[in-house]
Amino acid sequence: MHKIESRNVNFFYGETQALHDISLSMREHTVTALIGPSGCGKSTFLRLLNRMNDLIDNTRMEGSILIDQNDIYQRNTNVDDLRKNVGMVFQKPNPFPKTIYENVAYGLRVNGIEDKNIIEERVVTSIEQVALWDEVKDKLKKSAFELSGGQQQRLCIARALAIQPSVLLMDEPTSALDPISTSKIEDLIHELKKQYTIVIVTHNMQQAARVSDNTAFFYMGKLIECDKTKTIFTKPAIQQTEDYITGRFG
Amino acid sequence: MNSENKLARKKRITQNIAFGIFTAISYAIVALLFVILAFIVVKGIGVISWEFITAMPTNGMTEGGIFPAIVGTLCLVLASIIFAFPVGVFAAIYMTEYVKDGWIKKVIKQMTNNLAGVPSIVFGLFGMSLFVNKLGFGDSILAGGLTLGLLVLPVVIRTTEESLKAVDATFRQASLGLGATKWQTTSKVVLPIAFPNIITGLILSIGRVSGETAPILFTVAAYFLPKLPSSIFDQAMALPYHLYVIATSGTNIEKSRAMAYGTALILIIIVLISNLLANALRKYYGKKVKMN
Amino acid sequence: MLSGAATSVTVILIVFFLFIEGAGVFSRKPIDDGYLLAVNATNNVKTLQPSQIKDVFDKKITNWKQLGGEDRPIVLFRTSDITEYYTEEELGPNFEYFPEKINELIEKQPGIIAFFSDKYKAEKFSGKELDIDKIKVWEFLSGEEWFPTAQPIAQMGVKPLIYGTLWVSFGAILLALPIGLAAAIYLSEIAKKRTRSLLKPLIELLAGIPSVVYGFFGLVVIVPLIQSTFNLPVGETGLAGSVVLAIMALPTIITISEDAMRNTPRAMKEASLALGASKWQTIYKVVMPYSASGITAGAILGIGRAIGETMAVLMVTGNAAVIPNTLLAPVRTIPATIAAELGEAPNGGLHYEALFALGCILFLITFGINMLVELVTNRKAHKKH
Repeated sequence: MHKIESRNVNFFYGETQALHDISLSMREHTVTALIGPSGCGKSTFLRLLNRMNDLIDNTRMEGSILIDQNDIYQRNTNVDDLRKNVGMVFQKPNPFPKTIYENVAYGLRVNGIEDKNIIEERVVTSIEQVALWDEVKDKLKKSAFELSGGQQQRLCIARALAIQPSVLLMDEPTSALDPISTSKIEDLIHELKKQYTIVIVTHNMQQAARVSDNTAFFYMGKLIECDKTKTIFTKPAIQQTEDYITGRFG
Repeated sequence: MNSENKLARKKRITQNIAFGIFTAISYAIVALLFVILAFIVVKGIGVISWEFITAMPTNGMTEGGIFPAIVGTLCLVLASIIFAFPVGVFAAIYMTEYVKDGWIKKVIKQMTNNLAGVPSIVFGLFGMSLFVNKLGFGDSILAGGLTLGLLVLPVVIRTTEESLKAVDATFRQASLGLGATKWQTTSKVVLPIAFPNIITGLILSIGRVSGETAPILFTVAAYFLPKLPSSIFDQAMALPYHLYVIATSGTNIEKSRAMAYGTALILIIIVLISNLLANALRKYYGKKVKMN
Repeated sequence: MLSGAATSVTVILIVFFLFIEGAGVFSRKPIDDGYLLAVNATNNVKTLQPSQIKDVFDKKITNWKQLGGEDRPIVLFRTSDITEYYTEEELGPNFEYFPEKINELIEKQPGIIAFFSDKYKAEKFSGKELDIDKIKVWEFLSGEEWFPTAQPIAQMGVKPLIYGTLWVSFGAILLALPIGLAAAIYLSEIAKKRTRSLLKPLIELLAGIPSVVYGFFGLVVIVPLIQSTFNLPVGETGLAGSVVLAIMALPTIITISEDAMRNTPRAMKEASLALGASKWQTIYKVVMPYSASGITAGAILGIGRAIGETMAVLMVTGNAAVIPNTLLAPVRTIPATIAAELGEAPNGGLHYEALFALGCILFLITFGINMLVELVTNRKAHKKH
């Protein structure tokens, strides 16, 4: 059974078609990496999974995307609930201008959780989950901006985990970070995949190879190839994929 | 996930209510604009006639026309623009093309902001003290025009600055690269490109000047003067002051109501035309410049 | 080069002329030029405060004891009272004995206080001229009565005018801020791009309508409406001023707050939405706090505009110079006072200078507000890492 399944998805920005007939499935508790040169549609596809593209004027989507067998583009889908279930981590760390504690509690509060004990417990658990607890436990009431970039990004991951999603989308989560912070986040992904289904967009081939179980290669808005990561990186079926991962273009 | 839970329902309803209120309020504001305009148009349109525009006011300003007020306002617009436009444009050129970033620029910017924030009645006091009394111009078009000119100076400076800044740096570099001096570059390359937008500022100032009352109260405006000014040292009637007078202190307020609606309409027409014209120009040339 | 300094020079000139003329009021006595107050030579009261003199002539003070003198009732005397004491023959056909008779009267009446022109002052004046205190800055600011043309003594208290100005302006912002914010939220967060590009210029057009037209509209529409709604004797009230000013302040508040809201980084909004927050939750939990300083700047600037607005307020507030205790009574603001009275104040006279002093107060208030806005927006620039 697939956790996420996209069927014949087309996507348009105005007149421009950004995605062509994408069919791609992901199993539960796996990490899927989306790779490809910039502008290939990998981020656009990722943002379809929590309907983030709804925010952009003048866009259109065709086909269907199913999460847990439910079509998330159905009319009666509640987008807030969908996003609660499908967490997202962005390219640049984007904590709110609030305290560290409040950043993590935000998602709980907007989803109607008012019990202080529950909030506190979830905040602590989430920060522990991203291995940030020891670094911030004494400054939970300080502004999130006082943290380093890597810490901020882990805080953003904790923020996403606090509302207990089942899917985690990561849009180039380490592109703004230094190598040490990057490796911490990669370790974290390994850890998190036990509980979550993860989809990660990355332009870093080694990262894809390190963290993912499956890799999907996008090019010019088309899904060129999707397979086990090992297969993609050792003997890809399609020449274009090989050219890309060996660095001949992109 | 498809069946809406209680919380999601609550969130959706709250949002719908909030957004509904905001939308309604926004449209209400626009409706208010139309109510004000429609009110004055409906009440004033019947008064407007050839006579109204070209005749002197008669019978204690309850009949006749508003010709001298129209002419007076035109004179004031002209006088203030002749003063403010060159000064403002040069000030803006100096600011954008010559002054380097630093405390001088900061101070000048701050002062321009401050001048823009000075209440119009204070301009009136100042104009009376300096132009009318100290320099001895008396109540005159000159004194009123200068006062109004100072009042719109920040408008001219700001719009000119913006239009100069909008000129792509590559034009300047290209000109300087060909060996042109800075002034040649400014006058032959930058100014012509920015010109349409500068004109926008000019038109906006005309709208602003024609509507201002407080600065002219004590510098030029005549309560009732059924003749046209013959020199810049003459007093003059002006549309906004005329409206104020016949609306509040005319010899017979009830009888002059119709004249007041007519005057208000003429005033609104001038202001609206200048605003719309400025908007249209900005859009038209905005597109054209981008195409370059 | 010179033109670059044009605005700075203007500001400095404004300050200079305003303050030169305005400061004059504090070197003056609040009595008309060429007039004097005199008492009997034996009276031991030497100086009086302007407010005391007013109370005396309003018959609120009737005994010299209350002014630190002997226990003797006060006898008021104005020039026109002379006929109660002397016949026309005694004064002479051309009033040539006028000075003499006044002198005599002052000598005869130990309790008299006489107010008359110094052209009637006898050459050998035997009474005692009262020393009147000059107008003090503090009295000017805290005085509760504005009666600049009152005789014998002008009452120059700007407190009712300052209160009137603040009441009307804050009333306006109270009305305009929630409405303006709602519209700003709609334009920046809810409206489609096309709707926005249609509505925004229309709302900005409100800023283009001349204030005298607002005043006129207020006078013929809002004033009668308020009168009938609240069943008042007159509709020209502080509330009418607030309503008109609120309409006029809307474009300022909307434009500035909308700009601030649109500056909220997209990443912040997306982060909130991605956590399952609704659009509305995102607006009030992320967008509004983030743009708080911009919204504040808009509100302060709106207040500044309202405080300085003249014509519209002049036409609808009824202009009663009393300290207001309700917005449903006529009030008078500083700008309206200047506009209404300067025309009748003789150049260079006491009243004229007092109105310039009002101008100084107005200038200082608006200048302070500008600086405050600068401060608020700078702080914001600082915060944006």
